[in-house]
Amino acid sequence: MSNPNLTALGTIIRREVVRILRIWPQTLVPPAITMTLYFLIFGGLIGSRVGQMDGVDYMAFIVPGLVMMSVIQNSYGNISSSFFGAKFGRHIEELMVSPMPSWVILTGYVTGAVLRGLMVGAIVMAIAMLFTPVRMPHPVITIASVVLGATIFSLAGFVNAVYAKKFDDITIVPTFILTPLTYLGGVFYSVKLLPDWAQAATHLNPIFYMVNAFRYGLLGTADVPVWTAFALMLLFVTGLGALGLWLLKRGIGMRS
Amino acid sequence: MTRPDPAAAALSVRDLRKTYDNGVEALKGVSLDVAPGDFYALLGPNGAGKSTLIGIVSSLVNKTTGGVSVCGVDIDDDRSAAMRRLGLVPQEINFNMFEKPIDICVNYAGFYGIPREAALARAESVLRDAQLWEKAHVMSRTLSGGMKRRLMIARAMMTQPRLLILDEPTAGVDIEIRRGMWQTLKKINAAGTTIILTTHYLEEAEALCRNLAIIDHGRIVAEGSMKSMLAQLDVEGFLFDVEGELPDVLPAIEDATLIALDGHTLDLDMPRAMDLNRVFDAFDAAGIRVRSMRTKSNRLEELFVRMISAPQDADATEARA
Repeated sequence: MSNPNLTALGTIIRREVVRILRIWPQTLVPPAITMTLYFLIFGGLIGSRVGQMDGVDYMAFIVPGLVMMSVIQNSYGNISSSFFGAKFGRHIEELMVSPMPSWVILTGYVTGAVLRGLMVGAIVMAIAMLFTPVRMPHPVITIASVVLGATIFSLAGFVNAVYAKKFDDITIVPTFILTPLTYLGGVFYSVKLLPDWAQAATHLNPIFYMVNAFRYGLLGTADVPVWTAFALMLLFVTGLGALGLWLLKRGIGMRS
Repeated sequence: MTRPDPAAAALSVRDLRKTYDNGVEALKGVSLDVAPGDFYALLGPNGAGKSTLIGIVSSLVNKTTGGVSVCGVDIDDDRSAAMRRLGLVPQEINFNMFEKPIDICVNYAGFYGIPREAALARAESVLRDAQLWEKAHVMSRTLSGGMKRRLMIARAMMTQPRLLILDEPTAGVDIEIRRGMWQTLKKINAAGTTIILTTHYLEEAEALCRNLAIIDHGRIVAEGSMKSMLAQLDVEGFLFDVEGELPDVLPAIEDATLIALDGHTLDLDMPRAMDLNRVFDAFDAAGIRVRSMRTKSNRLEELFVRMISAPQDADATEARA
């Protein structure tokens, strides 16, 4: 006999993946177009004048950052729009009245969002390979860092969706927090180029650690020790996961 | 996992209270029991607390204090087991309009741990019962209002609940569809599912339900069997269409009240025990010829109006003032 919780978990994940694939022109195509432009303009046109960064070609240097940027943005965007959409359309009630425990609901939505992040990441990586060779000397670190990064921002997107009361509320965080943190997280440059105070400030940016862990896996070079990055990422996953479960259990933003 | 107790009440509510964050006391100590297999009406005016009560029972609203058991399972002790026994058809459409009815049903079953293969077979059965099988693979947003209502009942039946709660399931649907839905609900109840129904169509409650409770201002103001509650009514009302003009002075009928609504219609309120022939005798004597007559209102409607009009206590009186 199958485990009811695993069946329920599989149902949420399946529904999320079906949704991602059903609206593929909104979920999978835009990041591919945006990242192709980044590679052409920053990598090709500007990068050819920059030369090398941290001992690698500039085009190769920006690949991990751009892949991680798309993974983060799409994981976050998937869960915030899907979960808030369920609240807005009231079909969240299907989950609330069901016997599913909170961890199943959270894991289901987060897994769906991580899968979208990985799908988009794979597409962007494939596009990057058209512009520059990708070696991936540490595949386990590469995969672990991208999965952890996607998980962190899926959980953050979930918290955003729980508190959101209107669609504007799920666009404010990506526009005013996520995008600046991503651009300032070492996607396009090595932190060593910054003055001391800016380097110190960058170390407070969680995206900086994700980008560098991923860059280490892909290029073998990073601005921070990789294990520091993993410890911090695990800390974020634990903290945000606990917060997400607490919000679901209390029904905040869902039950009156 | 908690085992079901077949003898337990399908729903047991004890001193349930709910105060919202804005200070509104929606429930002020509601207690009621619904027997297994019953078809139970929960009636009350808008804002009486019906939806709050249903929301608490189905986990959509947090209670302030009190206890709720579904088929003997306390929702605080084992929420999952209680919810497994419960099906909800809410007032508002709450399925994903961008999904197909078949997917809505199969996913819903999945949330209850029913494997996909079994859910697919069950979905065909419930959608056929709801006369929606032909629409199983179209986007649900294209369904008519009545179809959407039937889809919500079909979805709830996917988990074969022992207690089905319907919050105004026929609101806004035409009489033909409503009658069709009555048949569906009767069939579900006959198969052993306990049904709790809230509705503003009181003839619907009278036609379907065996027991009822009337809730007003967060309190149960009347509860009992439909038969015994209707027997409490000591007055009946009739409307008479008369031929020709009415006399200037209407006949006085002892114990009854007769008024003219217009030149051709009379409105009569009389004690239930009174002989209707006395009325016709009085009409004959006054030269009034009756062309047709009909009961003035639904009996349950009359009871309902009386119950919610009668001040229950100082609190309720103050609230109405």
